[in-house]
Amino acid sequence: MKGIDLISHAKNTWCPGCGNFAVQHILKDLLAQMDGGGLPLENVVLVAGIGQHGKLFDFMNLNGFYSLHGRTIPVATGIKLANPSLRVICVTGDGDSYAEGLDHLIFAAKRNLDITVLVHDNRVYGLTTGQFTPTSPYGYRGHSTPRGEREMPLNPMDLMLAAGATFIGRGYTGRRDELKRLIREAILHRGFSFVDILQICSTYNDLTAYYNERVYAWSEEDAGDRQAAERKAGEWNYSDDAKIGLGVMFRHTAPTFEDAYPVPGKMSPDERAGWVARILSERS
Amino acid sequence: MAEGEVSVLVGGKAGEGISSAGQIIAHLLGQLGYRIHMYFDYPSLIKGGHNFAIIRGARGKIGSVRSRVDLILALDQETLRVHEGRLNDHGVVVYNADTARYPPGIGIAIKSILAAEEAPPVMGNSAILGAFVKAAGIEWAFAEGVLTKSFRKGTGQNLRVARRAYEASEERLRIPATGMTGLPGFTGNEAMGIGLVEAGLGVYLSYPMSPTSNLLHFLAGYSDEVRIRVIQPESEIAVILAALGCAYAGTRAAVGTSGGGFSLMVEALGLAGMAELPVVIVVGQRAGPSTGLATYTAQADLEFAIHAGHGEFPRLVIAPGDAEESRTWIRAAMDLAWKYQIPALFLPDRIICEGMYSLDPSVTMKSRADPVMAGPDIHPYLRYAPTDSGISPLRFPPVKGEVIRVNSHAHDTDGITTEDPGITRTMAEKRQKKMLGLAAEIEGMHPVNIAGDTDATTGVLCWGSNKGICAELGETLSLRVIQPVALWPFPEKSFAEAMDGVERFFGVETNETGQLVRLVRQFGYRADGMVLKYDGRPFMLEDLEQELRRVMA
Repeated sequence: MKGIDLISHAKNTWCPGCGNFAVQHILKDLLAQMDGGGLPLENVVLVAGIGQHGKLFDFMNLNGFYSLHGRTIPVATGIKLANPSLRVICVTGDGDSYAEGLDHLIFAAKRNLDITVLVHDNRVYGLTTGQFTPTSPYGYRGHSTPRGEREMPLNPMDLMLAAGATFIGRGYTGRRDELKRLIREAILHRGFSFVDILQICSTYNDLTAYYNERVYAWSEEDAGDRQAAERKAGEWNYSDDAKIGLGVMFRHTAPTFEDAYPVPGKMSPDERAGWVARILSERS
Repeated sequence: MAEGEVSVLVGGKAGEGISSAGQIIAHLLGQLGYRIHMYFDYPSLIKGGHNFAIIRGARGKIGSVRSRVDLILALDQETLRVHEGRLNDHGVVVYNADTARYPPGIGIAIKSILAAEEAPPVMGNSAILGAFVKAAGIEWAFAEGVLTKSFRKGTGQNLRVARRAYEASEERLRIPATGMTGLPGFTGNEAMGIGLVEAGLGVYLSYPMSPTSNLLHFLAGYSDEVRIRVIQPESEIAVILAALGCAYAGTRAAVGTSGGGFSLMVEALGLAGMAELPVVIVVGQRAGPSTGLATYTAQADLEFAIHAGHGEFPRLVIAPGDAEESRTWIRAAMDLAWKYQIPALFLPDRIICEGMYSLDPSVTMKSRADPVMAGPDIHPYLRYAPTDSGISPLRFPPVKGEVIRVNSHAHDTDGITTEDPGITRTMAEKRQKKMLGLAAEIEGMHPVNIAGDTDATTGVLCWGSNKGICAELGETLSLRVIQPVALWPFPEKSFAEAMDGVERFFGVETNETGQLVRLVRQFGYRADGMVLKYDGRPFMLEDLEQELRRVMA
């Protein structure tokens, strides 16, 4: 299996320079490698939301469920209930997971659902032409906020830590190798893994220079330390001029949702009929 | 007492076990060979307030209660204050002498009985049951058998309490055994649960909401035994999307809610239609709009169920008329949802959900055809492959060497997003073709019931829980009762047959505007009048008879 085989025939419609290309190529290379290394491709299911990121569904030859805006995670929950051996990767956007579907993100972390959520956080609504999102910087000017946004952004790192996510990381599309390693670890993590991917929107929110000046790699030696994670999460509030840490921010192991609800064996038709007969006779 | 039948009212405060007392009386009557129906009335609160149940037993199949009763079992004075007027001549009152006063009745000193058995106050309902057994002239040995099966816990103590009250009571009338075989009593919620298990349910998901919470509880209680998972996600939105995730990966899922929760599910209903994912959605109807009357009934979501969602897509809408139809048709709904890869809406009203009915175990429906699966020789697998029926054969991940895609956008045969006009049109037509097949299949499933005087030229059109009451009045008033169970796709042919020879007809519905009457008008049938009720309560037999006579005059 070569990575290139994972690119579908669908015509790519992202803008030149879009951060989504980086994620697409990382995924294709990673999954092609992992196919020979214990994660058969047919076991991977991509669940996509609605936004520019969602087009990954069309552009890749992977099992997939192209869901609604904000609704990747509940679909993933159902897929995992049906077949926990499937490796589900939710590709979502910042509008998708931090606005419309925020409750699902929090609950997946709470349950430690064994999936990977990759948030393509370009901090702008691209598909709907440049309005602010929950992570847009304070003062962001778009068509819906011509005089600048007046809300502070949400810090998803803080949020995921509070919600109980067992793997929390942040990557940047301008640091491809580190991002690839991070996504690989997220996919291999047993439990809920979350990666906030800072990616530029070349048309509406090109923060390349801003990120390049500020990003640095977190030390991961203390990734199991919650207090250290809280400190790292608070370094940058998605708006100010602080340094922006990248890598695994927090990681620990805990029982998963799939452990709590294992798939039971199927009842045979005779067993089913026997149960019904018993329920009916108990009241006769 | 009306000829060959008996009606009992039991009332008290919320938390005093009125529902379970009512159910046990229903079981007693059921085992005496009566066909039963229980109406349970309760406000939306946990403790206090006034709860009551009316249990009616008759020789023929019934689905309604009378407003007049033969026995009142009062755990408090409020029950007598509210319901004394319902008592028939020679009716009997059994009451808690500690909290109520009704000199002609049988007073039971419940507190001292409970003290003698060191029983908690909640067992007061067992005392009233024991006193009822004696007052109704039912043999203790017979009653003991039914009670033993009915108490969920503390059986010995409950029995001793009941026995003491039985001894303290006195025989005032005699409810005779009918000589017919006893039938078990089930609520519609329980019957739907049984039907879902029979339909091969794998996962049930629900966010609690009256009146389907008891379906959630029933399935949760048996989940280990019947090897299903019962999951309570964060919202109705998560509920239905997880069910669609299950469907994508090959597991049969059902969800339960009421109108408010279904409102939240509507976005995903369209997804199920577009992505062709099967799911059974139980929408237990309660009085709306909005929060409405949380614990009271209505039949006001028919048009909502048929039209919910933007765009056009095939769906199935079924409204069961009793517990038997709840059991059999929900199984059919699941099979049809999977065969046609569509959402199936199951639309009981609150009377069906929480009311109790005699359930004849021999009334079953054979399972429909299995879903159409793609063979392993087909490569590449196309999730939306075109076929004459519009049904694309299914496969579920993982399949080595194949990619299985479902998509909320307009898509091609492989599930990849398209904006091409030709593909858009072809795929829309493919989905509609499934509706044609489904409509034809429904016609062969006896989707329209006819009852009452089946040759009469005056008809009564009803649906859902009004089945039973209309059938009974159809006999009394010589009316032909027409009750469609399948409502969408509308079974035009079966309906025409049912209406053949009907010269005028009247709609009976528990809503304000006559939604079924409006639906059949699309097909050329104009009702001559309607009897509508929209106060959250069901029709009582005497009242509907009067209303029907009035509207037909």
